[in-house]
Amino acid sequence: MTPLTETGWLGPSGALAAAVAIGFAFGWFLERGGLGTAPKLAGQFYLTDLAVFKVMFSALLTAMLGAFWLDWLGFLRLDLVYLPETFLLPQALGGLLFGAGFLVAGLCPGTSCVAAATGRRDGLAVIGGMLIGVLCFNLAFDWIAPLYSATPLGAVRLTDLMGVPYGAGVAVVTALALAGFAVAGRIERGRA
Amino acid sequence: MRPARPYTDPYLAGVGIGLVLLAAYVVVGQGLGASGAFASVVASATAAVQGPTEARLSAAVAPYLPSGVASPLQDWLVIELAGVVLGGFASAWFAGRLRGHTERGGQIGVGQRMVAAGCGGVLMGVGAKFARGCTSGQALSGGALLAVGSWIFIATCFAAGYALSPLARRLWR
Repeated sequence: MTPLTETGWLGPSGALAAAVAIGFAFGWFLERGGLGTAPKLAGQFYLTDLAVFKVMFSALLTAMLGAFWLDWLGFLRLDLVYLPETFLLPQALGGLLFGAGFLVAGLCPGTSCVAAATGRRDGLAVIGGMLIGVLCFNLAFDWIAPLYSATPLGAVRLTDLMGVPYGAGVAVVTALALAGFAVAGRIERGRA
Repeated sequence: MRPARPYTDPYLAGVGIGLVLLAAYVVVGQGLGASGAFASVVASATAAVQGPTEARLSAAVAPYLPSGVASPLQDWLVIELAGVVLGGFASAWFAGRLRGHTERGGQIGVGQRMVAAGCGGVLMGVGAKFARGCTSGQALSGGALLAVGSWIFIATCFAAGYALSPLARRLWR
């Protein structure tokens, strides 16, 4: 039955209308959770504020479990939902660069837009930096293309790699996230 | 002026974002994103400066140019990110949290903060290109589908953040 765009229920113009609604709700909840404020996000790296971890992993858990059960009920075809492709080396390098940038900027691409939208000029600076970064990447692309497309694994899930059922992976990630929430609570109580 | 209301519990906000992400899977068959929209804007700007034919010769730019005319509004992620801006603004408006200022740690000035924010942005721009996504498109949207690359991104992103955090302490103290 769903995804609606993949099963022919929703055309391209409907998808664009949905984009506004989905983006609006995303921005709304990011701001509600305080993720438009850089010192709060940077607090994650000094363990003074764990909102990034909490928001990120409760969102991941909700979507992961929701998608798993909707697929099990026959409502959502999970195999038709876009799965990002894996490129081991460039994605590890990209993660390291991104993490360094996140630490220095205190905002990530989505949250920098929320920061800017709520009047924070540092959010605008992050947006400007991102555009310059993408432009630099594009200009140097002939050089870095071999690294960019190195070590491709295709659209692959952790559970495919380990040869275990998808549900087992969902269960393990759920258990790890819940353990992480408990640790986060302990860290906060230790500070209080 | 109304006093600013406190932020929602992070777990509640997280569940809200998770439901939005789930709705995106169900309605459009793909997750949320942010950095992809930046790539589209840069590609469209490149096409506007160089001309679409010239811009299309670059393998880094071409995938982000829609067939026919190059308009950033054709890209789903750009529209979605415009929604993020509106949603963030509306939420802050209703909570009395709209305020023009430059947010920073207590030991640095506005100029230093703006330079750091810009440099961090550059690093994230390059990093998100290599990683093929950011905290939204890669960590959240791919992570919730157990994509291998998404979890590599999550692990390396936090590893770099924690490893370098002593060096950046002055920015946030």
